[in-house]
Amino acid sequence: MTLALSGQEVVAKLEQQFPGSVIESSENNLLVKSESIFDVAEYLKSSPELDFDYLNYIAAVDYYNYFELVYQFTSMKHNHSLVLKTRCYDRENPAVPSVVRLWQGADFQEREIYDLMGISFEGHPNLKRILLWQGFEGHPLRKDYL
Amino acid sequence: MALKTEPFVLNIGPVHPSTHGVFRMRATLDGEVIIDMEPVFGYLHRGIEKLAEERTYTGVIPLTDRLDYLASMSNNLAYVLAVEKLAGIPVPERAEYLRVILAELQRIASHLIAVGAFLNDCGAFFTPFLYMFREREKIVDLFEMVSGQRLLYNYMRIGGFTQDIPDEFLPALDKFVRQMPGFIDEYDRLLAENEILLARAKGVGILPKELAINICASGPVLRGSGVNWDIRKVDPYSIYDRFEFDIPTGSAGDCYDRYRVRVQEMRQSLRIIEQAMKQLPSGAVRSEVPHLIHPPAGEAYAHIEAPKGELGFYLVSDNSIAPYRCHIRAPSLMNLTALREMMLGWKIQDAIIIFGSIDITMGEVDR
Amino acid sequence: MIPSPGLSLEHYWQTLPPDWPGGFWWHWLVFTVIIIAFILMLVMGYIWIERRGMGRMQARLGPNRAGPFGLLQPVADAVKVLTKEDLVPANADKIVHWLAPVVAFAPALMIFAVVPFQDGALLADLNIGILYVVAISSVSTVGIFMAGWGSNNKYSLLGAMRNVAAVVSYEIPLILAIIGVVLIAGSLSLNDIVLAQNIPFILLQPLGFLLFFIAGCAEINRSPFDLMEADSELVAGFHIEYSGMKFALFYLVEYAEALAISAIITTLFLGGWRGPALPPWLWFLLKVILVFFVMVWTRTTFPRVRIDQLMALAWKFLLPLALINLIITAIQVLAWSEALLWVMIPVNIAIMVILVLLWSKLSKLGWGRVEV
Repeated sequence: MTLALSGQEVVAKLEQQFPGSVIESSENNLLVKSESIFDVAEYLKSSPELDFDYLNYIAAVDYYNYFELVYQFTSMKHNHSLVLKTRCYDRENPAVPSVVRLWQGADFQEREIYDLMGISFEGHPNLKRILLWQGFEGHPLRKDYL
Repeated sequence: MALKTEPFVLNIGPVHPSTHGVFRMRATLDGEVIIDMEPVFGYLHRGIEKLAEERTYTGVIPLTDRLDYLASMSNNLAYVLAVEKLAGIPVPERAEYLRVILAELQRIASHLIAVGAFLNDCGAFFTPFLYMFREREKIVDLFEMVSGQRLLYNYMRIGGFTQDIPDEFLPALDKFVRQMPGFIDEYDRLLAENEILLARAKGVGILPKELAINICASGPVLRGSGVNWDIRKVDPYSIYDRFEFDIPTGSAGDCYDRYRVRVQEMRQSLRIIEQAMKQLPSGAVRSEVPHLIHPPAGEAYAHIEAPKGELGFYLVSDNSIAPYRCHIRAPSLMNLTALREMMLGWKIQDAIIIFGSIDITMGEVDR
Repeated sequence: MIPSPGLSLEHYWQTLPPDWPGGFWWHWLVFTVIIIAFILMLVMGYIWIERRGMGRMQARLGPNRAGPFGLLQPVADAVKVLTKEDLVPANADKIVHWLAPVVAFAPALMIFAVVPFQDGALLADLNIGILYVVAISSVSTVGIFMAGWGSNNKYSLLGAMRNVAAVVSYEIPLILAIIGVVLIAGSLSLNDIVLAQNIPFILLQPLGFLLFFIAGCAEINRSPFDLMEADSELVAGFHIEYSGMKFALFYLVEYAEALAISAIITTLFLGGWRGPALPPWLWFLLKVILVFFVMVWTRTTFPRVRIDQLMALAWKFLLPLALINLIITAIQVLAWSEALLWVMIPVNIAIMVILVLLWSKLSKLGWGRVEV
């Protein structure tokens, strides 16, 4: 069974490495500041006892006050998983660092989130619309689109 | 005297006999060799994730059929597992066993099409394709007995099934399970050592192991590259931990390995179905579930090993009758990420084969 | 000798002089028309054999609606194709586009001028028969290349280029295999070659037959070498932009060339019209249809090879084998007298098996990935 790590287990190590990045940690997930996503993800991937080398998915949810990005990582060697969340409070031009350099599988998913939700990812090499055509106005998956 | 040549751009698709749906590849060619490739898709985008926010939880099930339209039962299963995890609904034993039987039958049907279409791309002019379809007809007849539909079943419900299977299903299933291994052997004899197939597919389109893990591939694409990762074994859902089966893996990560992995997965699925048929209990097929489901506020992610890879549903609920957000983790989309690396340096004919061996369905990629 | 009405057909048949219709030009006109009509009927029969045969091999029925057993299906196809609109792409080269089907079709018909249907029953008994066939059959390629260029379409250009490369490469093993037969028969004339086959040459030249069959399939774009018009890759290759009667001509070219190659194989290797009980022309037809059936069988069974594997097969596999075959045949013809001809059979079969097995282990097809 893939062991779903709780946020509290990882919090201590993260606070040591990146003080101030964790906003809240609960049993199911870990909430970090949006600017430190890349550093936290890099640490999670490269540290040997965590070793998260597989990114299951990136999802974006539109709660009316903020956008929430959900990442789930899995480690193939240790067979455990972790859910990482971050929030973005800017409605006009939300921006979050991209994790493409760590997991290439994030490439198409980040483009899709940019296309449908409007969150741009800094550091993404090719941030174009992927499912809709170039020149489409608006971001359909937002709650205020239609 | 060097010959002056000029690369040109060729558009393969979106309307093309071999692109498995509406998929476009803008290939820059130098003679016949591909020197650059850009995948373009989105031609089948129907906004399923947005539509799901406006339907009830049960009303989303027909939408999930249309994701990977060649493996509808698996899509249904992933979604109802996610809702049951979110709402904490238990499922009776008989329904669990039936789910396993139907999901494995669906895996065989999907792999039959995948292998047939792959050989069609290699140029074997529909002969293996039609042989695969002859066997798939038997599976589709079984599904028609159960749900009344041949392609988009809409059969699984939250908490089980609405109706039990008819009486003629189990004898027909038994007959199928006894005939099928002989057919796979006959098919292996014809094609596994075919010189031309080996020359076309061995060593072509190699996906190295590290790249496969880095692009978060799953399913036969990942296992063909040598990674032993199958959700049914590492994170068993439903009752898969009660069955004995092996996970076939390839070694080189080329098209031939992916093809062999699919053929052997069909055999393993038959093993699972036999065991499930023997252990099938009697009883109710649906637990007591209200018509309109109000899961408590929260979120859940459930993933299954669909024929194409890891299919997952991430559901967020706010205690209303419709999902607040339904995100679909589509395996075909992730498997496509490395398409450009796999294709560079090969010729157009290889590009078609490499694309066919990844086995995507555009319904999933575009949603 | 205009037939007068009132005489019955049989009486008329018996009163014909031996060199009817008398006069060189009448002879030419009547027999040309008869042969062209016969070829077109046989091509339609071929289309039926292919579709029905392939259908049965693929566990389905094949056409069975148009006429009994679907026998009128080719007629229905022809009528459909004739009534379609003739589209010419906007930026296509008009003259080249228009001429291409004609240039491709004419040589396929011209080959039949020298094929013997019966002893002495040829349109033109050239004493350089087989050389004429080889020369004419290469002209089709020009037509196909014109089609690929004149369509203003990258896919058709790719298909045409592949075709030219393949045909040029496969001419050489084809011709070398023919020379082996010519050495044993002692003449280039097709009628003499058939007359010299007391033992069919397929037994005396098994390697030559294999080479000719493979090279012939590659020349006429049949599977497993049909990458020039690969349906699943190039969406019909060089004849993408053709519709209507021009497409019908290309469709006919494919089957007429298949018929031509089967007729040549029958004449050179299987003994032409020779056979015990039945009339000679019936033997000829049966053998031609048998060869075509084997071609349909290989089409249904095998996947397609890649272009660089195709070229490697021609140059690295077939060409050395053809040269070795030629040398061995020449040695055998010089060294052994006529009476020992039957000894060649087991010797040649053994040589063929050894050579094919050895060479297939040694040669590697294609060069795989190119560094970008």
